[in-house]
Amino acid sequence: MGECGCKQTQDQSEVFDIDSVRILLEGYRGKEEELVHALQDVQHTLGYLPKEAMEMIADVFNLSFSHVYGVASFYAHFYFVPRGKNIIKVCTGTACHVRGAKTILDGLAGELGIEPGQTSSDMEFTLETVSCVGCCALAPVVVVGEEVSKERTPKRLISSIREAEDGKE
Amino acid sequence: MARNRLKNPNDLGLLREDILNKKALDGHSVKVCCGTGCRASGAEKVVSSLMSEAARAGLDLEVRPTGCQGLCEKGPIVIAEADQTFYNKVDAFDAPKIVDLTLKRGEKIDRLLVQDPITGQRANTEEEISFYAKQERVVLKNCGHINPESIEEYIVAGGYQALAKALSQMTPDEVLSEVKAARLRGRGGAGFDAGVKWEGAKRVKSQIKYIICNGDEGDPGAFMDRSLLEGDPHAVIEGMIIGAYAVGDCHNGYIYARGEYPLAVKNLNIAIGQARELGLLGKDILGSGLDFDIEVKKGAGAFICGESTALMFSIEGKRGMPRPTPPRSVEKGLYGKPTVLNNVETLANIGPIILKGADWFKSIGTEGSPGTKIFALTGRVKNTGLIEVPMGITIREIIYDIGGGIIDDKEFKAAQMGGPSGGCIPKEHLDLHIDFDSLGRVGAMMGSGGLVIMDESDCMIEIARYFLSFTQVESCGKCPPCRIGTFEMLEILTSIVEGKGREGDIERLEEIGVRIQQTALCGLGKSAPNPVLSTIRYFRDEYEAHISKDFCPAGACASLGHYRVIEEECLMCNLCVEACAFDAIIEKRGSLYIDEVYCEKCGACIGVCPTSCIVREFVERPALSGSGKGGGAK
Repeated sequence: MGECGCKQTQDQSEVFDIDSVRILLEGYRGKEEELVHALQDVQHTLGYLPKEAMEMIADVFNLSFSHVYGVASFYAHFYFVPRGKNIIKVCTGTACHVRGAKTILDGLAGELGIEPGQTSSDMEFTLETVSCVGCCALAPVVVVGEEVSKERTPKRLISSIREAEDGKE
Repeated sequence: MARNRLKNPNDLGLLREDILNKKALDGHSVKVCCGTGCRASGAEKVVSSLMSEAARAGLDLEVRPTGCQGLCEKGPIVIAEADQTFYNKVDAFDAPKIVDLTLKRGEKIDRLLVQDPITGQRANTEEEISFYAKQERVVLKNCGHINPESIEEYIVAGGYQALAKALSQMTPDEVLSEVKAARLRGRGGAGFDAGVKWEGAKRVKSQIKYIICNGDEGDPGAFMDRSLLEGDPHAVIEGMIIGAYAVGDCHNGYIYARGEYPLAVKNLNIAIGQARELGLLGKDILGSGLDFDIEVKKGAGAFICGESTALMFSIEGKRGMPRPTPPRSVEKGLYGKPTVLNNVETLANIGPIILKGADWFKSIGTEGSPGTKIFALTGRVKNTGLIEVPMGITIREIIYDIGGGIIDDKEFKAAQMGGPSGGCIPKEHLDLHIDFDSLGRVGAMMGSGGLVIMDESDCMIEIARYFLSFTQVESCGKCPPCRIGTFEMLEILTSIVEGKGREGDIERLEEIGVRIQQTALCGLGKSAPNPVLSTIRYFRDEYEAHISKDFCPAGACASLGHYRVIEEECLMCNLCVEACAFDAIIEKRGSLYIDEVYCEKCGACIGVCPTSCIVREFVERPALSGSGKGGGAK
């Protein structure tokens, strides 16, 4: 149960591709049971759920905005504020916890100057925890984007991400 | 490749023969484990480099990516199929040697063979590895041996034979009585008899019924459902079709897979697509008149959605909150219709039971809990990974014969079973034969099968606090006992591990814990206090040491004690300085020194120190009278 995110969503007037969301949602019209699926789809396209997008969803499903927001805020995978370019998730499953996940998490938080759940001011990094990614045998692990990484030194992990970024540019 | 619909069970047999005849008899083939664990260790690079090396050497080589082999610790794993040579920790750079020496000349590369942690011997094949020797692979028989993206490989391995047998030689009632006779108990953790559940749904009159596979494996430290869905998705699909046939009037099935498991979702969708192509899903399956189809639903990150009623609300597109039962799901479940909900592993057991019969199934395991159980063996053992063992095995056998013993040969302290809803099993119960009933008697539970081994350096209170912090965060908040009770307990536990415990805390924890067990709405709340109550039961002295002496017997609680560098042993390598995110380690007069003001006691320095010269020192403080610190209940 996270904190209320209304405030966070109110101040958002982010520019996003409304048309792509509209096209996406047309396929869902009239299928209330697909609400979670629609939210997942929209978030996959935009990276998060802006208020305007949730209003569009409410409109398509013929539900109130509060109903849509109520469902979205129940699930941990939905985000109401934009997230960083690189999402670092520290696995805090049992095996990772026993083998020192907290040390890695604290180290990364100290290194990036943000708390778990926050995004750095330059929008480069988001630091999160994940309950278990099922890589228990390799514990402790960190997930960068979609990739599971075994790098455990915060400084090295962050510099390797930065290097990979520079390489792309 | 296009696939023709199978119109009857005979077609399935013909297809199988056809595939077997087409299989290249001369070329080489290797299996590469591409389960999540091995992928993290670089299995995909191994696959591509093996392919390019084979092309370079002009070798006709089939590289088969498979699901999880179980021995994730030693991944990526490569098996040469000609003589079953089993290589572990394979790197992409090893590909040329594997191609030139092993595949072309049949020589073994010693360095890549698994070394037995006990004897030090090198094992050539899977059979020789102690990790696999004591296992009995019924459900996992295909995992790691077939390509999960190929229905043909599943059929060659005997897949869909059970379905063909059920549809052509048995009535729905016969299928049901076979499953009932097998006494297959739900592998999701509660151990409810699956046959009885099916019968409950069958008895209710309704035009529409549903069958759901619960793949919302949210327990931290458990990954058996994930490995099954990734490595052998068809086994689960086959179990569901047989279930739909037995229950009757059931035309729609859902597989609810956790959102954190993208590979499982992908492989399931591929498998469902292939099954539809062959007519194993859809209208008139194998000419039997059975219409049944399956859809995958992806979870959105809520642990509570593993609870059956919450899961159904989630599928309906609502907030996943449990409701009071009765009515049970088999009477009023998804969309108010009778619904059977089984765990992934339960469904994967159905095929073998139908094919080999209930008597065969009952010959494995114990009388009260027949069959096998898959555990995710993690924590402080040498071989971590996925194991399938007959019920009734002892914890000692799991740790020392399969797991290869405790890392660094330290002292075993406890096994935590059943994740956040389970309890711990201390040293005195090492020889306990584990099944659903015996675990309940010692205050643990089967749970989904997470098995975390802990040694002398693990603090039991910290483990209990960890599990409770998980359930507290994941509590849906609908019922006050769980919402408020877990919060209260967590407050107390946190204060204990931070050295701020007070006399009477243990009794308070017990009292709140029992209250929550009695009054919470659903299984999550009812079982949330288990880890705490079971650690109090077996390790009360540790609680007392924390509360009355500011002392952590395991030396694990970072907030207790302080950090110091032993100058004589320090190499001045500065790794700790690099690891410290708080700049608390300072060089002073040619030696390193930890500034207590800046030190957050996170332990990062201890983790990287090559000479173990950073120590956390505990000072047993005598209890001060009148400071709120009691002397502990002695």
